[in-house]
Amino acid sequence: MSDTTDRLPEAEAEPKRHSWLADLVIRLVKEKPLGAFGGLIVLLLLFTGIFADFHYLTWVGVPDEWADTHGLAPYGYNEFNMADKLAAPSAKYWLGADNLGRDLLSRIIHGARISMYVGLGATAISVLVATIIGSISGYLGGKFDIIAQRFVDAWLCFPGLIFLLAIMALVGPGLVQVIIVLGVSSGIGSSRLVRSAVIAIKENVYVQAAKAIGASTGRIVFRHLLPNIMALVIVMFTLGMAGMILTEASLSFLGLGIPPPVPSWGGMLSQAGRTYMYEAPWLAIWPGVALTLVVYGISMWGDAVRDILDPRLRGGVGRYGGVKVKAAKVRGEPGTTKA
Amino acid sequence: MRDYIIRRLLLMIPTLFFVTVMVFLLVRLVPGDVIEIMVMQQASSQVGQESELDVDAVRHMLGLDVPIHTQYGRWIWGIVTRGDLGESLWTGRSVTEEILHRLPITFELGFLAFVLAQLIALPVGIYSAIRQDTIGDYAGRSFAILSLATPAFWLGTMIMVFPSIWWGWAPAVEYIPFLDDPLGNLQQFIIPAILMGTAMSGGTMRIVRTMMLEVLRQDYIRTAWAKGLRERTVVTRHAVKNALIPVVTVISGQIPVMTGGAVIMEQIFCLPGMGRLGLNAVLNRDLFIISGLNLVFAIFGLLTILAVDLSYAYLDPRVRYR
Repeated sequence: MSDTTDRLPEAEAEPKRHSWLADLVIRLVKEKPLGAFGGLIVLLLLFTGIFADFHYLTWVGVPDEWADTHGLAPYGYNEFNMADKLAAPSAKYWLGADNLGRDLLSRIIHGARISMYVGLGATAISVLVATIIGSISGYLGGKFDIIAQRFVDAWLCFPGLIFLLAIMALVGPGLVQVIIVLGVSSGIGSSRLVRSAVIAIKENVYVQAAKAIGASTGRIVFRHLLPNIMALVIVMFTLGMAGMILTEASLSFLGLGIPPPVPSWGGMLSQAGRTYMYEAPWLAIWPGVALTLVVYGISMWGDAVRDILDPRLRGGVGRYGGVKVKAAKVRGEPGTTKA
Repeated sequence: MRDYIIRRLLLMIPTLFFVTVMVFLLVRLVPGDVIEIMVMQQASSQVGQESELDVDAVRHMLGLDVPIHTQYGRWIWGIVTRGDLGESLWTGRSVTEEILHRLPITFELGFLAFVLAQLIALPVGIYSAIRQDTIGDYAGRSFAILSLATPAFWLGTMIMVFPSIWWGWAPAVEYIPFLDDPLGNLQQFIIPAILMGTAMSGGTMRIVRTMMLEVLRQDYIRTAWAKGLRERTVVTRHAVKNALIPVVTVISGQIPVMTGGAVIMEQIFCLPGMGRLGLNAVLNRDLFIISGLNLVFAIFGLLTILAVDLSYAYLDPRVRYR
């Protein structure tokens, strides 16, 4: 899809073509309404995350003393007000307040930013790691491939959460640590997807031709292999995000993810949520609702993007991403993308 | 078939090697201060008594003062010959015993969840496929995606909260051994098992549906219809049998999900299983329990994958001849 510039203008089927991105959006809305709805939730998450503390009133010139707001969130995420501790939902605190009198709505809005960081950051790292390992292992083949794949096998044997918990204990809790650990560990696993795609593409005539005219390995990889796995990479990105957000929430829920007072949805559930769940059930409800909505939205959106970009990947298995590769491999299918 | 088994087993050796190296390094890469903390805690807990523990002594006691390859060799030797995974840093109890003690609890939870997951996933997935694009199909698919999207720890928390607010009912917080009170034990396990099972069923359901749809378009299904067979026969005798082969593989992918679910469910529902042991070990930095548990789970995972691959080769001869 990025090679269109190389073609002669006459070769274009339609005189006026949308860019592939616009094309994607149009098809998403037309063919997959539920996916488009998921996309809206994704946009909402991004919007909330970016503008959580954007001082829009000050920005449009309202004097500071009138602009009594912290941006999208009515209060700061760590703004104490002990007098209102465990306050029930009211006009002042729409969703109630927690054990330190912090506004729950504001914390959830700021939590969207944390989920956004984790979703985008960890998935980006994961895709990068997967592409590097997968394309090297798939393209070089031979001994390196065999050894690298045994390492990936070993990595996949480890029990997801317990292994992650152990690594988190090593590197210590924190947002950056969570993003890196989640990204690298899932990247190693999903490198298999990239590997099998690269192996399938490697056999194509145009790669052989490029080799025959003496193209360097770097040129083959960057000009011929990577552009052809872009669809797969995008699909990995959209399908991976939901799992990342959910895993971060699980880690934070178990106390080894992002430490307080940073408002991670998972952490909010375990700290205030579980301690005060009988006196103030809203503390246990809303972070979970936010989490479910976001994960649901991203999954629907990711599924739709996958169906549109890469029909051969249909029937994926949601957050158990790696499994499908294995199924394809065992069935003896050459790869997951068609060039 | 024999050649295939031999090849699979040979390929397992390097994987197993990497598994042990990774578990080994997991513990050894820990910053040295954990041992210092341990010495300090021991010293402070033994005020008044003569405490001659220092960092070097502890290192020597744990065998951490010899070269790293010697440590690795000793560690493997201990596991292979004596099943010795080391001792807990804090309680001094044998890690192997601790794990064996908790294994039945996690196994029971995992088994119940697994059975429930298949009981939900297979009928719903098959129904969804044979009634594609009907209300039932949409309901089944929405349920599958919702079950994947809803965090199990949140649902678990909700189940702790609302029944107790509305009806004053709360799940037991003391573990009831099966032999003491089978019914009480099952009552205690059934809710976490349902939660874990539903979460697991989503993925399987979707793959069952996809595979069924693929199979239902095959020629032999049309032949079966043309012969005038009843729908029930076509679906059960011709379609399901062939569609389920790839599903076997997906099930192996649920093992890590299951252990992850076990950590969370055991934590929420106060079941003293392996997941909870692991979480506490991680929180206390109990290095040898962490490494022991990871090794046990990883080997379990490895064996599951092997079993699945072999059963796959048995079911589908094409696999063997690659």
